[in-house]
Amino acid sequence: MIRQLVVISGKGGTGKTTVAAALAQLLGPLVLADCDVEAPNLGILFPGKTQRSFEIEVSRRAHIDPESCDACGLCAERCRFDAVLPGTPYRVDRLSCEGCGVCGLVCPSEAVSFRSEAGAVITESMTPHGPLLEGRLAVGVEASGKVVTRVRIEAQALAAQRGLGLVLIDGSPGTGCPVIASLTGCDLALVVTEPTLSALHDLKRVLQVVSHFGIPAVACLNKADLNEDMGGKVKGYCKEAGVCIGAKIPFRPEVVEALRQARPPLGNVPPEVEKPLRGLAAALRERLDYNGG
Amino acid sequence: MVIAVAGGKGGTGKTLVAVNLALALRREGLEVRLLDADVEEPDVHLFLDPAWEGSEEVGIPIPAVDPGACDLCGDCARVCAYGALAVTRKKVMVFEELCHGCGGCSLACPQGAIGEKSRRIGMIEWGYAPGSLWTARGLLDIGEPKASPVISRLKGLIDPEAVNVMDCGPGTGCPTITALRGADVCLMVTEPTPFGLHDLGMAVDMAEALEVRSLVVMNKDVPGEDAVRTFCRDKGLEVVLSIPFSLDIARLCSRGANLVDEDDCWTRRFLQAWQRVCELVPEVTA
Repeated sequence: MIRQLVVISGKGGTGKTTVAAALAQLLGPLVLADCDVEAPNLGILFPGKTQRSFEIEVSRRAHIDPESCDACGLCAERCRFDAVLPGTPYRVDRLSCEGCGVCGLVCPSEAVSFRSEAGAVITESMTPHGPLLEGRLAVGVEASGKVVTRVRIEAQALAAQRGLGLVLIDGSPGTGCPVIASLTGCDLALVVTEPTLSALHDLKRVLQVVSHFGIPAVACLNKADLNEDMGGKVKGYCKEAGVCIGAKIPFRPEVVEALRQARPPLGNVPPEVEKPLRGLAAALRERLDYNGG
Repeated sequence: MVIAVAGGKGGTGKTLVAVNLALALRREGLEVRLLDADVEEPDVHLFLDPAWEGSEEVGIPIPAVDPGACDLCGDCARVCAYGALAVTRKKVMVFEELCHGCGGCSLACPQGAIGEKSRRIGMIEWGYAPGSLWTARGLLDIGEPKASPVISRLKGLIDPEAVNVMDCGPGTGCPTITALRGADVCLMVTEPTPFGLHDLGMAVDMAEALEVRSLVVMNKDVPGEDAVRTFCRDKGLEVVLSIPFSLDIARLCSRGANLVDEDDCWTRRFLQAWQRVCELVPEVTA
């Protein structure tokens, strides 16, 4: 059985990628899936030779043939996404078009056609801890959820093919489409938070999303000593929500320095940071009933 | 005018910049509207404690099929680009969360059997924060994937006569694009790390595609030269404000406090940054 562990946070910048990188070092060999497709960063910490790279079509967009358009304006009138720009001929704003097809339905001159677009690139590279699959959304493509899903399918297939028992997914901030797509069907969500008012607020929302989709969760309190009072509130909330805190990682400038140098955490951070990360990896193994790697 | 605050990477300090800039401008006597367009995780209110005075639900139109009029022909399911409709032998099934609200099924139905109803996906609310700063936010409901309609509605509160400061979410996907579209300028908040640099690159490309001018704020800044500054110089992006890497600032923000309330020097620095924005982007003040 292949386990899927997703790392999310609600608020951005709490340390998802840092923690995910440390877990790769501690739980590998595994398959890494960078599903923060609007800002993929895992590859920066694990630069490796590209094994394969391919474009995927995730969306279609309308195109108005200037020769056939008689500028009647019906398409612009009916488009609910304000994606048709008036003029002679009318034009489609590719950043607004959602490919719904309404313009094509109403056009009396059959001037509208639909084209699939390469909306994202998926790249597989090799890291010291197993293969890394990265999804990267093209500018202006709205289907981030579809790209996330595709990266996860590829990651699962790769895990099966290589006999690897764990897929580690680096998710995105927020609670919307890409987060939901990274979350559904996972065995466990690791929510990385920090002792700040914003992170606590965002943690509450993202834990509601996690529970909405019925996924068990473990929290990780990063930069734990930044604000003791706020740390207490985060712990209190987690207790109330029945979410265990798998690690409390202290804030150390050495971690920031390691990241500035694009180095993964283990081997580059002080022992007081490494120790809770090791503890977290052990706790996750237990929760996932995973002995591989 | 609309000044958007984005950056690509999460946690670089977008909200910090938006809130402190808005406070500094308001204290100068300008008409300011501060809009929190990070509707998945809106945090501006945590730093301002506004009293909400009004709110509106945001819904998207979804099909309402009249079973009496429907002859199960299947045209609706065939035109739906999102797979939100399925026609069985007995009825039309609507998968509400897949619907984009385009109205295509309704147009395609030969029987006129498909009307529309609204499905709630979130809300917007507005009010004043202490210091008579007008602020508003959008809030996406839990479990809802599509943030853009909430952001579009929030943007309906933009006042063309005021300085509208808009805090956009992280990333470069559709929510951020919806927020950024039509802005006069975008402050890209970044940090001098390889992550900040990488995501700044994606965010600047996004702004370029939308024909929005980018200017840069360096947060958690360290003295000396680094790859982000080199990138900015090569791209002709001016750094209009630098906020140093400081544990004190991190602690201050962690409890929901604002730089401009702690030290007047910050009010001056945000106003200087604002002046520079006005010089560089004359349409801002026009």
